[in-house]
Amino acid sequence: MSGLPLASSFLQAQSFLDVLYIIAFALFIQGLRGLSGPTTAVRGNRIAAVGMTIAVIATLLNRNEGNWGLIALGIALGTAVGIPAARQVKMTAMPQMVALFNGVGGGAVFLISWSEFRLTAGFQGTATYITIFSLFAAIVGSVSFWGSNIAFGKLQEIIPGRPISLGSAQQIVNLVLFILAVAAGVDIAAGAHSELLFIGMLVCAALLGNAVVLPIGGADMPVVISMLNAFTGLSAAATGIALNNPALIVAGMIVGASGSILTNLMATAMNRSIPAIIAGGFGGGGAVEGASGAGEHAGTVRSTTAADAAIQLAYANRVMIVPGYGMAVAQAQHAVRELTKALEARQVEVSFAIHPVAGRMPGHMNVLLAEADVPYDQLEEMEEANQEFGRTDVSLVIGANDVTNPAAKNTPSSPIYGMPILEVSESHSVIVIKRSMNPGFAGIENELYYEPETTMLFGDAKAAVNEITAELAQL
Amino acid sequence: MIIASTLTTNLAILVLAGFIGFVVISKVPNTLHTPLMSGTNAIHGIVLLGGLLIVGLSGNSAFNKVILVIAIAFGTINIVGGFLVTDRMLEMFKSKPKPSGGDGAGKGDEDGKGKSA
Repeated sequence: MSGLPLASSFLQAQSFLDVLYIIAFALFIQGLRGLSGPTTAVRGNRIAAVGMTIAVIATLLNRNEGNWGLIALGIALGTAVGIPAARQVKMTAMPQMVALFNGVGGGAVFLISWSEFRLTAGFQGTATYITIFSLFAAIVGSVSFWGSNIAFGKLQEIIPGRPISLGSAQQIVNLVLFILAVAAGVDIAAGAHSELLFIGMLVCAALLGNAVVLPIGGADMPVVISMLNAFTGLSAAATGIALNNPALIVAGMIVGASGSILTNLMATAMNRSIPAIIAGGFGGGGAVEGASGAGEHAGTVRSTTAADAAIQLAYANRVMIVPGYGMAVAQAQHAVRELTKALEARQVEVSFAIHPVAGRMPGHMNVLLAEADVPYDQLEEMEEANQEFGRTDVSLVIGANDVTNPAAKNTPSSPIYGMPILEVSESHSVIVIKRSMNPGFAGIENELYYEPETTMLFGDAKAAVNEITAELAQL
Repeated sequence: MIIASTLTTNLAILVLAGFIGFVVISKVPNTLHTPLMSGTNAIHGIVLLGGLLIVGLSGNSAFNKVILVIAIAFGTINIVGGFLVTDRMLEMFKSKPKPSGGDGAGKGDEDGKGKSA
């Protein structure tokens, strides 16, 4: 315990460097503390950025050797990609962006680990624990890189959002890939120096990343993105131990904790266990189960028009808007804001009910509505909103599906049974804006649409909301 | 012995950071979960330091230099892109409280236009 070199030789370069690192990670923590509320968050983020700048400068100051040109090249490339991406990305595309950034972080981790391996000719003369942490970083970083890229592809709709799986063989394949990657890692840690073995380990981890994320459906994306976020953080922390760098350890671990908390929150909000999601598909039977449920419903669906919907909304005292992924896809958040203003001008009380997993990542709806200037005190979280539905005249569901499905409460056989939902059917009437009667990403029929108080307004969310606003002006 | 104490010190840092992370992140409200994710994206960009340290060591082959430049570029994307996009998002949240000073079903026309998009 008395091994800390700090007290004895404070002025030596390494100690000075460590002090700068400690300042850096203290600033990270202080910055994240700022994220506890919207008013302090901007400053918090900037504090963290200052911490990062200090950490980078400290590292650059303490390098003795050359290759400055390579560093400049790498930083220039990263800046050239990062700045335009951050400036131009649409808020509706944030899930893709976050997935991509996760992947890039994981990619950096496994590349660093690979270069360490090559530099030491297979970790020769390296302490075993350093080898082990490097290998852990390589495997997890590679899984995170490839998994995040697949998640990005799905969200960007380069790859179909529906689960793509090998069926019952999936879990065995995943297990085999996992065992192969770990076995290669163990072999290297035990003294094997073959680079082919290392590459084989990276390839197995890469395939595993693909195999884990490909079978996951769109609605499970919030869980997956959070999980990949945790992976990238943990792999960075492992790199930190391998490089004996406290700033990396702390920053990586905090990201790991953040990702884990979010993963858990998202999984709870879907009443799914994390292993079940990773194991693939929806529940055990996956898409098959959902498909057999679809189209069998006996009830009738009543459709409405924008004019009727406008009248219904205009004469309500209280309206609850329930946004979902459909609002994001249609980029309807500004149109929704206009509608909200028009209703408020008529003394209608409007609030928004936000399900934790609405959209494709944690907090997705909140960001979109913030972009459209909806005051955040109008946004209600699930428990809060569920107490309000009883005294709500009209619930306007915009592109949300599974998170409103009463089957989660009433039908034990439903794959989503037990998932906490927004109880919109408690309100006096419900208007659902939806493209068509196609079931949502989970492929499950929504009983809400067949209930007597529900009417459907078919169409693109943005167009439909604009129509309602236009009709309101005519009243 | 020195190696062992470095390891245990680092493990202690790891464990403590994990606990601190849980406490701090638990206080982040649902509303800010997307900025939290993009902010943590920026923070894990700290792996950039790994690239910076290793690229300076002697004995890097040409291939190593290539992958390290990519790693440095990746880390920089995380840091620069992550902090910028988080800042952009959080500004949207920040500009809210002012217009909603008069709460409830007030008039809609007091709303100032958002200053920047």
